[in-house]
Amino acid sequence: MKEYIRKYKNWLMLSIFVAATIIALVPLFGVLGYVLKNGLGALNIQFFTNLPKAMGLSGGGMANAIVGTLIMVLIASLIGIPVGILAGIYLTEYDRHSWFSTAVRFATDVLTGIPSIIVGIVIYTAVVLKMGNFSALAGGLALAIIMIPLIIRSTEEMLKLVSHSIREAGYALGISKGKTILKIVLPTAAKGIITGAMLAIARVSGETAPLLFTALGNQYWARSLNEPIASLPVQIFQYATSPYKEWHQLAWAGSLVLILMIIIINLAARFAFRSRHS
Amino acid sequence: MGQTLSVRKLEAWYGPNKTLKGINMEIEANHVTAIIGPSGCGKSTFVRCINRMHETLPGTKVIGEIILDGESIYDQDPVALRKTVGMVFQKPNPFPSMSIFENVVAGVRLNGQRNKQNLQAIAERSLRMAALWDEVKDRLNYSGISLSGGQQQRLCIARALAVEPAVLLMDEPASALDPIATTHIEELIRQLRDNYTILIVTHNMQQAARIADSTAFFLNGELVEHGATSEIFTNPKDKRTEDYITGRFG
Repeated sequence: MKEYIRKYKNWLMLSIFVAATIIALVPLFGVLGYVLKNGLGALNIQFFTNLPKAMGLSGGGMANAIVGTLIMVLIASLIGIPVGILAGIYLTEYDRHSWFSTAVRFATDVLTGIPSIIVGIVIYTAVVLKMGNFSALAGGLALAIIMIPLIIRSTEEMLKLVSHSIREAGYALGISKGKTILKIVLPTAAKGIITGAMLAIARVSGETAPLLFTALGNQYWARSLNEPIASLPVQIFQYATSPYKEWHQLAWAGSLVLILMIIIINLAARFAFRSRHS
Repeated sequence: MGQTLSVRKLEAWYGPNKTLKGINMEIEANHVTAIIGPSGCGKSTFVRCINRMHETLPGTKVIGEIILDGESIYDQDPVALRKTVGMVFQKPNPFPSMSIFENVVAGVRLNGQRNKQNLQAIAERSLRMAALWDEVKDRLNYSGISLSGGQQQRLCIARALAVEPAVLLMDEPASALDPIATTHIEELIRQLRDNYTILIVTHNMQQAARIADSTAFFLNGELVEHGATSEIFTNPKDKRTEDYITGRFG
């Protein structure tokens, strides 16, 4: 009899877990499926090659927005990845316990949770107003600020996973601390650090709010980094909130492309850096 | 060739704990010296003072003198000192990102040796000395961590030998290994004796008896007795040594 109750309870708990998992997965696949259904129809070669057309005309594309997103993510990566990784190295290898590193760590945690629109406003005030125009540089800078705390924390976590005995083995061979970190500790953690950076890239490539105030958007090609520039998320926002059916279609197609970009970056992070010997 | 070590009034702290309370000890060149004693007696701290690894940990302090071949180690740059005083750790710790070959030559390569042929020669010589060459010569490009535990430890010994140290510190080098791998390591230590000053910390008294020329017994941060291994094991002068080696405590 007791045995029977135990088995019944086991079955009940298992069903609850399975139900919760299904509830979690439904919206996830729902979003993907909905975007796929609405976006696939509008996706064609023109979408990738053409500029947006005037309202009411068909055949427009988002070529400038795709390139704009790539440019701003590139600017953000060029700033955010080195700064984030170097700061992460400093916090783990050189200054783990002082009040300064504790304060920096706390600040990065707070920054990670800050709504991205606030970063946009700050860059708008500090850069856009000072320089007098919206620009790709301002947009990239805003994205970099969102990236940096993410990369600092992931770099830190990955370096902490490298056993202290590996560092000691380096020192014991008469290798200086700097070289031990650069040539032994970093390569050991490289896979995780790169994965962290890729995930940060994936995270910022979908950001909309900070770009509204900084890059603004552009219906044409930007001629320099110092001009307003289009980006996928902002273009999606503008088209989706417009009253035109053609633009709604394009917004769906843009959403699909953006999701695919992020999935590709995620997959690359997962597979590209498998260890070479395994 | 090995170099003599002379330790004078060595005291070491780990945080508020004084782990070494004034050690005086002469360590002969081309000689295997075993350090035995119960857990927490300071034997690991002692060997870690000799290559100045102890002071790399936060909250540690050392006073006293260690004279290596006539010169105080505290007058030398610690990074340079560690090329003369090599170390093998308790758990094998090959560099996970490096191949077998890269592991062996890591010390010389990261200190500036770039010549491929030289590196090749150093790798072969070191692996032969560590009695690992025949097992790995066909797969030098495999990851260092693809080897078995015993092979990894011999790889770490080869890596330490590649830097051409005069003194080799071994902190329980076989305690994580199975009996066959332990036998390999012990044979290796016997072969290396002629050319190095070897200091080996061990928990295993049979091991000390098998491989060491002289043995030192540490207890509570003090050196209780140091003498020829046969003397220590058959005719200890101190009651505490006798109690320890006959298994009454520790």
